[in-house]
Amino acid sequence: MQLFKPLLLLLLLYSGLVAASPLAELAHADPADRAGLITQWTVQADGPRRQAVAALEEGRLFSSTDGNHVLLQGADGKLSDVDSGQPVAGDAASLDALPVNNSVRSALEAFHAASDLADPERSKRLSAIQALQDSANPGLLPLLLARQPQEPDAQVKQALLVASARLQLASPDATQRLSAIHTLADSADPATQTLLAPLADSASESDARVRAAAAQALLDLKNSQWRYNMLGYAFSGISLGSVLLLAALGLAITYGLLGVINMAHGEMLMIGAYASYVVQNLFRSWWPGAFDAYLLAALPVAFIVTFVIGMALERLIIRHLYGRPLETLLATWGISLMLIQAVRMLFGAQNVEVANPSWLSGGWVITPALTLPYNRLAIIAFVAGVLLLTWLVLNKTRLGLFVRAVTQNRRMADSVGVPTGKVDMLAFGLGSGIAGLGGVALSQIGNVGPELGQGYIVDSFMVVVLGGVGQLAGTVTGAMGLGIVNKILEPSLGAVLGKILILGFIILFIQKRPQGLFALKGRVLD
Amino acid sequence: MQSALSLRLAQRIGPLPLKLAGAAALAVLLAMPALHLWTDPASSLHVSAYTLTLVGKILCYAIVALAMDLVWGYTGLLSLGHGLFFALGGYGMGMYLMRAIGHDGNYQSDLPDFMVFLDWKTLPWFWQGSEHLAWALCLAVGVPGLLALVFGWLAFRSRIKGVYFSIMTQALTYAAMLLFFRNETGFGGNNGFTDFKRILGYGIAEPATRATLFLLTVLLLVAALAAGFWLVHSKFGRILTAIRDAESRLMFCGYNPLYYKLFIWVASAMLCGLAGALYVPQVGIINPGEMSPANSIEIAIWVAVGGRGSLIGPVLGAGFINAAKSWFTVAFPEYWLFFLGGLFIATTLFLPRGLLGLLRRHKENA
Repeated sequence: MQLFKPLLLLLLLYSGLVAASPLAELAHADPADRAGLITQWTVQADGPRRQAVAALEEGRLFSSTDGNHVLLQGADGKLSDVDSGQPVAGDAASLDALPVNNSVRSALEAFHAASDLADPERSKRLSAIQALQDSANPGLLPLLLARQPQEPDAQVKQALLVASARLQLASPDATQRLSAIHTLADSADPATQTLLAPLADSASESDARVRAAAAQALLDLKNSQWRYNMLGYAFSGISLGSVLLLAALGLAITYGLLGVINMAHGEMLMIGAYASYVVQNLFRSWWPGAFDAYLLAALPVAFIVTFVIGMALERLIIRHLYGRPLETLLATWGISLMLIQAVRMLFGAQNVEVANPSWLSGGWVITPALTLPYNRLAIIAFVAGVLLLTWLVLNKTRLGLFVRAVTQNRRMADSVGVPTGKVDMLAFGLGSGIAGLGGVALSQIGNVGPELGQGYIVDSFMVVVLGGVGQLAGTVTGAMGLGIVNKILEPSLGAVLGKILILGFIILFIQKRPQGLFALKGRVLD
Repeated sequence: MQSALSLRLAQRIGPLPLKLAGAAALAVLLAMPALHLWTDPASSLHVSAYTLTLVGKILCYAIVALAMDLVWGYTGLLSLGHGLFFALGGYGMGMYLMRAIGHDGNYQSDLPDFMVFLDWKTLPWFWQGSEHLAWALCLAVGVPGLLALVFGWLAFRSRIKGVYFSIMTQALTYAAMLLFFRNETGFGGNNGFTDFKRILGYGIAEPATRATLFLLTVLLLVAALAAGFWLVHSKFGRILTAIRDAESRLMFCGYNPLYYKLFIWVASAMLCGLAGALYVPQVGIINPGEMSPANSIEIAIWVAVGGRGSLIGPVLGAGFINAAKSWFTVAFPEYWLFFLGGLFIATTLFLPRGLLGLLRRHKENA
């Protein structure tokens, strides 16, 4: 103890000296060391140090004309010597401010981030952690470590762990590097791959254990990334499949019932999307306060409009072509041309803008590698709801009973008193109405223009061909299958080749099952 | 049986006025190139290059309509992908025409301009030999024929028919369109082929070249009509009609419809390819838009409007609709789609046998 006394004294003296004037210390530090000094202060910032840093940052420190003194410009604009504190005559405008170079600037950023670490606002803490992590300065490590036990929020705490692990990667201590590698491997952030790569390399890493751990971590990361990619593809596949399902559901019902393909079905999607556009505009001009609710109002509007149009089409045109499915195909194509042109003349040929309500923007961040957009999630949930309703209508109502009866055997149903004409009309309206609902959903994820429906015709027909008719399960399987396979093939083959491959697959598939996946068994032969 | 057949024959060819009208139309068509070449541009008899190209284009469409009628009107297979065969034929011819540009392109390169633009150094393998017109014509006929053979064999073997068949053909042309829109496919992507300079050394825009191509188109149409006439009135043609009307019964009688369907389907596709090959040098452009499902379905309406199940009907239908189109799209461009859509609906609802059916009914009533 005796031995240490002078040393301790010296230390005290030194720190006292420093404490007396951090400003002077900063001012007289070698320009190359200034960034290091600020970093050192970041870990233990106090009032005078903050003031000194602020003076440097705000450009209020000047070197005097002879270069021997550093002058501080006070709040009143007067200059004073940083060492003596004596006022000095002169004009700041004629002097050179102490330079702030890039390394000093990033040190300053980290300095500010450090004070934000304890900020009550969660997002501020997160961005502070991000800034410290980006500084890649191992000197800041104690700061992050000190904050960890105090952090209440689990996610922020995880961010702290990852950030400190990233800084620890450069630590000279092999055990620290090892534990950092383990922490990073658990984080599953794809950005850490480039950080870990040098540690797995014998050229830059001497410790064999660390190298092995880093290699293992890289492998794990790759695996988890692959898993998340697959999850991402599956999600976008399900999302595409649910859109296809909305488009194909009504088509499958009317095809099963009437044996005709409604080529104007895509235009029902388009009309549904335009209905949500009109409702949106009405809300915007009459009821802007409830703008976010417009989408809910658009659903019944779109359904009713397309339901009525569908029934009118059946009554006026399709009914008269009964028994001539190929002619129906052409007539409905003619209807679709007229509907497209009518919309073009009413709303213009350009795409119209349909805004997402605020509750549908943004996404659900599962990991840094996987974000699920809310509008896609909402559509999947919506499709599930529509599917449930359709199932209830088809299986639990009298209309549904009739529809199923007519689908299975029209003449027999007619004989036992099913009003087949009325059933045809209502079912056609129902199919069109479902497409109208689909149009509202599509307006949230894509462009709304007169040709919106055209892009979905071929795909939704493929769903019907694949799934067969007369059973919802077939349509659902067909839509989801097509959607997911499409999205899995897309990254490796490109969208176009993927589509062509799927078409080839469907052509081969109907060699085996000409009636689709879920065929209704019947004994009818023409 | 024999008398019934001769009766049908007389019905098909039609009465004397119809025969005369046909002969007059043929005479006018044959005279048009001569009027283009050898009359003074100022005279009222002169046929302008625009008119000659327009009529030549419509004649090509008429050939396609005829080919479509053979599979739809006679065999009952509604194809919504015939535009694909037409466009493939056009691309086959276009390959030759692109090579024939030689060094006169914008980049003065041996390769077609779009390949220079894509920074390709050598011709892709499927372009080999395309500098010969004969090989290009083989491609223009053979590729649609081969595609039709493979697709038709798969489809007819599993007895896909009716609406299913129509949808599959539509998907086929849609997929091909997407494929040809890609630059990497090697057919000029979006822009397709254009800016042709010459064919067999003759300038493509020279009056004599135009007149020759026009004459060839007329001859092809007449030959196709004659061959079609012979085919549908042969025993083979009667089986085709039987397939249309009662395929199951035909099978119970011991026929296998597969090869009948396949033959007429492939022949129709090859005829479309030939029409496409004559279309491209006259119009001067081919691009993937020709493969769009809308184009193919329009072919069906030419046939429906003219009258299915007759050979002259589709030719009239193609002529009528395309003439109406060139007038409408200049006079009232907004209303063309209304007119076309209305035509689709009105024909199917009120004119199941087309314009020709209207004429015949009129004759029967009189």
